[in-house]
Amino acid sequence: MVLALLTVAGMAAAMGLRNAVHCVLALTLGFVGIAALYLQLGAQFVGLAQIMVYVGAVAILAVFAIMMTHNPESANLPVFSSQWIVGCIVAAAVFAVLARAISSSAAFTQVLPPQPGATVHQIGDSLMHRYVLPLEIMGLLLTAALIGAVVIAMDRKEEMR
Amino acid sequence: MTHLARLAQQLDQIFVLAAHWLLSYLPAAIQPLCSAILSVAAIIIVFATLFAITTWLERKGLGRIQNRFGPNRVGPFGLLQPIADGVKSLTKEDIVPITADHAVHFLAPVLLVAASFLGYAVLPIGRNMVLVNLNAGVLYFFAVGSMMELAVFMAGWSSRSKYSLLGAMRAIAQMISYEVPLVLASIVVIMQAGSLSTVSIVDLQATYTGIWPHWFVFTPWGFAGFVLFMIAATAESNRSPFDLPEGESEIIAGYYTEYSGFKFALFFLGEYIGMFATSGMAITLFLGGWSAPFSFLTWVPSYLWFFAKLLAIISVFIWIRGTLPRLRMDQLMNLAWEFMLPMALLNLFTAGLWHFMAAGSLRWLVCSTMVVVPCILLSRGLKHKKKFQVRTYHYSD
Repeated sequence: MVLALLTVAGMAAAMGLRNAVHCVLALTLGFVGIAALYLQLGAQFVGLAQIMVYVGAVAILAVFAIMMTHNPESANLPVFSSQWIVGCIVAAAVFAVLARAISSSAAFTQVLPPQPGATVHQIGDSLMHRYVLPLEIMGLLLTAALIGAVVIAMDRKEEMR
Repeated sequence: MTHLARLAQQLDQIFVLAAHWLLSYLPAAIQPLCSAILSVAAIIIVFATLFAITTWLERKGLGRIQNRFGPNRVGPFGLLQPIADGVKSLTKEDIVPITADHAVHFLAPVLLVAASFLGYAVLPIGRNMVLVNLNAGVLYFFAVGSMMELAVFMAGWSSRSKYSLLGAMRAIAQMISYEVPLVLASIVVIMQAGSLSTVSIVDLQATYTGIWPHWFVFTPWGFAGFVLFMIAATAESNRSPFDLPEGESEIIAGYYTEYSGFKFALFFLGEYIGMFATSGMAITLFLGGWSAPFSFLTWVPSYLWFFAKLLAIISVFIWIRGTLPRLRMDQLMNLAWEFMLPMALLNLFTAGLWHFMAAGSLRWLVCSTMVVVPCILLSRGLKHKKKFQVRTYHYSD
């Protein structure tokens, strides 16, 4: 409950704060809250990976992106747009539809199956045996993306000379 | 003989037994909470004391290396210098720049110290002496360590100072770059141990053939991994020769330029605590944790071995700091991406091969060659690529 409150507060602050860097820091707080929720549910691997990836990498990336594109004038704009009532109504409608769909679906009413233990060992085993092909393909894809990024960065450097 | 053995065992477990004895006086309902508080307090006190000792040791050691005396006024051999420093930093004025972001400026040192202490939760300091035995202990350690980057950024950004921001940028670039070889170097151990739990990794190494222990550092891939890990750990804790994020002579102490008084001391504390934590992880992964170096020395309490190893590593850190000059930014990045990363990846292959080859001298030969030859070739190749010439400065002529 405390963790959920922390997460929601962090996320709300991420939307509400004026300073973009503050927003990212608040967002990080939200990420930590989510990771803590995962840990509480017994999903150690997911929780720790969440901290490692989101707090350690994504937050830093976001901060750098903000600092690269920092526009001081944007700080004076109001945080809430003028049509916030419409936004609230749309959000409430979407939430109502989703909540109704979930509560009326069969998955909600049926009894939860006994929790499958998601230990690091099992995750590792299934990644290396059953899901080894998707893992390899993802690795290849990410490597390609990495090389692409390096190539783009290299081109720009030569133009500057 | 059995009496002696039992005595040794009791001495080994003295802190565990003492904790149990203390807790037995409390009602059962609050025992888990009190146990946690007790262990956390013990860790904080022990490692904060170690921090105080290390600052003294470092100043003495650096003094010796540089033909000075080091601190020698406060107490015998200057031993009370850390206390004097602590009082000084507590009584100093806490100056916050007027344009600084006050909340973030305040939170940064707190987060840094908190994040650096969190890593100790999974370090087995002695037999049965670990705060929590997580299934994913090593992963937890690195996840917590990655939070320190955020603290560094917060410090640099919130100070609204060019030097701070530059220092933070450098520090983050360095920490992210060296985190890759750091993690890759430790993966070899995880592959071999088949577990992410620090306790079972140490248990695996605490066995002996004859008098020799099964530490992972005594294998080709383990040795290479250990060296890579220690280089990356030096960079990760921003210590010389990788201390250019906080080089006093170029960017006046980098991201904590605008901190004074006790917050400055907190940064120092966080940095040293982080360094102890990574050293402790290196000990756990490669140097057999709390296990004794020879089988006939197992009667010495396990926690003494851990701290002996930790002090040895700290001495090496001090020695390196007094010996090597600071690297340039491009040299630093080249070392990480052109040398450390390929070596770490190759080391993964070596560890895999080691796992699948039959035990014997052939395995040793092949795996040692796989580590040594590429190391030599890579460093020579990188040296040839560089053109040594008179440097031209673009902006200062």
